[in-house]
Amino acid sequence: MAAVADGHHEESFVSKYIFSQDHKMIGKQFLMTAVFMGVVAMLLSILFRIQLAWPGESSDFVSFFLGETWAPGGIMAEDMYLGLVTIHGTIMVFFLLTGGLSGTFSNLLIPLQIGARDMASGFLNMLSFWFFFLSSLIMFGSMFVESGPAMSGWTIYPPLSALPQAVSGSGLGMTLWLFSMAIFIASSLIGSLNYIVTVLNLRTTGMSMTRLPLTIWAFFVTAILGVLSFPVLLSAAVLLIMDRLAGTSFYLSDIIVNGEMLTQHGGSPLLFQHLFWFLGHPEVYIVLLPALGLSSEIISTNSRKPIFGYRAMIGSILAIGFLSFIVWAHHMFVTGMNPFLGSVFVFTTLLIAIPSAVKVFNYLTTLWRGSIVYTPAMLFAIGLVSTFITGGVTGIILADAALDIAVHDTYFVVAHFHVVMGLSAVFGMFAGVYHWFPKMFGKMMNTRLGYAHFWITLVGAYGVFFPMHFVGIAGAPRRYYNYSVYGDFDVDSLNMQMDLNVIITMFAIISALGQLLFLFNFFYSIARGPRAVQNPWNSNTLEWTTPVDHIHGNWPGELPTVHRWPYDYSKPGYDEDFVSQIVPLKEGEDEGH
Amino acid sequence: MVTKLIILLVIVLGIVALAQLMRVYELSSKLSKKVESEIGNRDNRLNAKMWLLFMFFLFGGFIWLMLKYGFVGRGEAASISGRETDWLMNLNLIIVIAVFFLCNALLFIFAFKYVKKPGVKAFYYPHNNKLEMLWTVVPAIVLAVIIILGLRSWNEQTDAASDEAILVELYSKQFDWTARYSGMDNTLGRFDYKLTTSKNQLGLLTTETIDAAIEEMEHGTSGIDSLESQLNNPGIILIPEEKEAKIVDLSRKERLIRLLYQMKARHDNALDAQAMDDIIQLDTLYLRVDQEYEFNFRSKDVIHSAYFPHFRAQMNTVPGMTTRFKFTPDITTKEMREIKNNEKFNYVLMCNKICGGAHYKMKMMVVVLEQEEYDSWMKGKMSTSTFKDTYFANESDETPEEENEDAVNEDAVIEDNDLTADSEAA
Repeated sequence: MAAVADGHHEESFVSKYIFSQDHKMIGKQFLMTAVFMGVVAMLLSILFRIQLAWPGESSDFVSFFLGETWAPGGIMAEDMYLGLVTIHGTIMVFFLLTGGLSGTFSNLLIPLQIGARDMASGFLNMLSFWFFFLSSLIMFGSMFVESGPAMSGWTIYPPLSALPQAVSGSGLGMTLWLFSMAIFIASSLIGSLNYIVTVLNLRTTGMSMTRLPLTIWAFFVTAILGVLSFPVLLSAAVLLIMDRLAGTSFYLSDIIVNGEMLTQHGGSPLLFQHLFWFLGHPEVYIVLLPALGLSSEIISTNSRKPIFGYRAMIGSILAIGFLSFIVWAHHMFVTGMNPFLGSVFVFTTLLIAIPSAVKVFNYLTTLWRGSIVYTPAMLFAIGLVSTFITGGVTGIILADAALDIAVHDTYFVVAHFHVVMGLSAVFGMFAGVYHWFPKMFGKMMNTRLGYAHFWITLVGAYGVFFPMHFVGIAGAPRRYYNYSVYGDFDVDSLNMQMDLNVIITMFAIISALGQLLFLFNFFYSIARGPRAVQNPWNSNTLEWTTPVDHIHGNWPGELPTVHRWPYDYSKPGYDEDFVSQIVPLKEGEDEGH
Repeated sequence: MVTKLIILLVIVLGIVALAQLMRVYELSSKLSKKVESEIGNRDNRLNAKMWLLFMFFLFGGFIWLMLKYGFVGRGEAASISGRETDWLMNLNLIIVIAVFFLCNALLFIFAFKYVKKPGVKAFYYPHNNKLEMLWTVVPAIVLAVIIILGLRSWNEQTDAASDEAILVELYSKQFDWTARYSGMDNTLGRFDYKLTTSKNQLGLLTTETIDAAIEEMEHGTSGIDSLESQLNNPGIILIPEEKEAKIVDLSRKERLIRLLYQMKARHDNALDAQAMDDIIQLDTLYLRVDQEYEFNFRSKDVIHSAYFPHFRAQMNTVPGMTTRFKFTPDITTKEMREIKNNEKFNYVLMCNKICGGAHYKMKMMVVVLEQEEYDSWMKGKMSTSTFKDTYFANESDETPEEENEDAVNEDAVIEDNDLTADSEAA
């Protein structure tokens, strides 16, 4: 199926930019859609942060976006608060960090880094993007229906999500959410299958699995996780649709809602949670692994050193991938699940800390005695290591069921997963965009704007999520519209929360404004950025041996032949501090890794 | 409207200004022949220093937050298991904070120290198996300790309660909590959601409540009889949606009534007594200090979560199934007020699972009393306001809860001790 090398010919606008089957264009399409969705989700978070910092105060900003229906007098409605939280979470997890991150970089980098002309199936690849685009449109559109968007949290636990009588968002908004998700899952499955097949079958001569860049290993394992776990979410969603539309009782039992006695009996809300988290936990690593893969590549390149412990890094990716399937119920310690089952999940969950620790120490050793070049991508990659450490350690507390009881569903959890999954993945994505921008668009982004963007983002992000740990340890539940109820029983606690909430919101606004720098830099550079050279970062991997201007089939002549692993930076015996993968080994040279 | 226009104007002008700045930058970098992909030494060193600066910001920020807020919000645990949780939590936090400082410090110091210096080549160091083994084994040992301690505590906390424990049911619905004490026999009466009526809000199962539920289902204001007569009466013209809704309602009620008759046929009168002595309590949950409590949780509509932050206890309430948790409060409300030096402090039961618009307001005050206070309060309840008393009190339209509140002279007991919990709430 791969396009032929000399098949580069002029194409119509539609087949080149819209219904393109070229992996590089599809990668860019994913990125553009994700940037749009990411901006929307960030805006939603600013809206609800304003509500949390200044509850009950009229805000022009809030009324500007929500109007009289959802913010009468400039004060956000209770239901809409839940709607914003739900859609923020959904977009960030699925549309920005799954579709956006994996979709963009798997598409761009898999063929380029393994030396293939294109994906195994260009048509399926195109289909994958258009399903993603359609599901993004539906999710975006669901915010504008009369009864509001889905309001039961991004985890959409039934019965709340099944009963429009319980909350208005569980009406049409929830139906659209479910249909959007079903299409999204189709997109993800098609994409993942394509990635797996491509990596297994289309590697160029000499590109053995142990010469693959860690990015490809990460995308490969991510795709396997997706293929194995997303179908389970699809079945969970289909059963929920049945409960909502056909009166079945998979998840519903003995319910009286709004004075209406339902006849459904025998279903279990816990069943949904098991199905949801069977996807939901691997999903965390579907989000995280690509970011770790990208940062491994970027840190090695810009430290001018081989990644330390290449095989251990592959081993940890595989171990994390495997373990991620047997830890899902740590989200359910206090749901009434059998406590013995809980202890099993404590054990498996804490095991994940071991490969994660190995990764962190390997990153640190890679930096040690390096010769670090601070491109914006490198800054973000180091930022990722920091947030991975900071967010990872708090996971140890949450994985411990005995302690989870005290902080479950508090802001401590919110802080934990935003730092370890949200920030790490977003930083990985930014690092990837800055690093491969020359490859994507043939232009350079502005470095100094990149620096400003990074430092504002790093300080802002820590400023948002660091205090949140303290709010959480104090016991503040998440998804509260406001915390004034604390005034009824503990004024000291209320004061602390109000203080910290204002600080958090301030930093959130600062980091959101910082993203404007990125957006400006991104679009301006696409239009007017200086032209890129072929290998701007003096990198070893194959994508930098392709011409700056994209051609169908990637390499003009023969496909390159690979002779070594991708991390020969500063290798003794070479004048340059990098040795491309296409350079043959010298007489008697040890491949040595 | 004007403000909206101003906001838009500012955004547009901001973008234009930024674009102009970029033009200037572009021209100046053309003059100085700067290439974006080549990072100058000045930029490198600047960013290296920024990492060091950031380290001070991060660590300083942490210490400041810790000193100012680290010990305020949570306060001392007020239950026996909560105290153990806190001990384990502190141990874990020490490990976690140490790792946080160590790893981040190494990262930032490396980022600062190993910045590119002209003429210095990086050290080619692809792997070292001994080192990698070390940092696989050390975390594994630390985690083993954490797992063992954690599981021991988890097992203790989730084990069945002792025989001395008092059984209390907490019933959740959008958006409040109701407590049901098990009364003299320390056994909770049985329940079925189909028996829920305005007089029997918790759906307790007795001969009388089954009859009442059947009566209401058949002959109540929107019962089967009334629905049938409306649907079959040619004199009443219903709009199609309304008619459709009534047909659906009727078929549902016909299904439910069959189940109710089955329940009636199977019912064992001897079990009625279990429910009759139960005591239903709204607004404030009274507990006795140093007494173990076994809580059963139920939900009427969606999932809620019973979260007692001060007792370090939490359990979801799930429609269709009963969940449980136990704890032993060991500090009275009065003592805690002295510890916190806050006359108005109260323990609380909050909802901690998203359950709808007013989720954030769903709470119940918890008051832990000395033994004598509790006993006299409970004695009053048992003699005048058991389920039997309230259900059969009179045939008026008042809901049992309201009668309940009227019937008991509980305020007298509590106010003596200045422990009214809900006065502030109002």
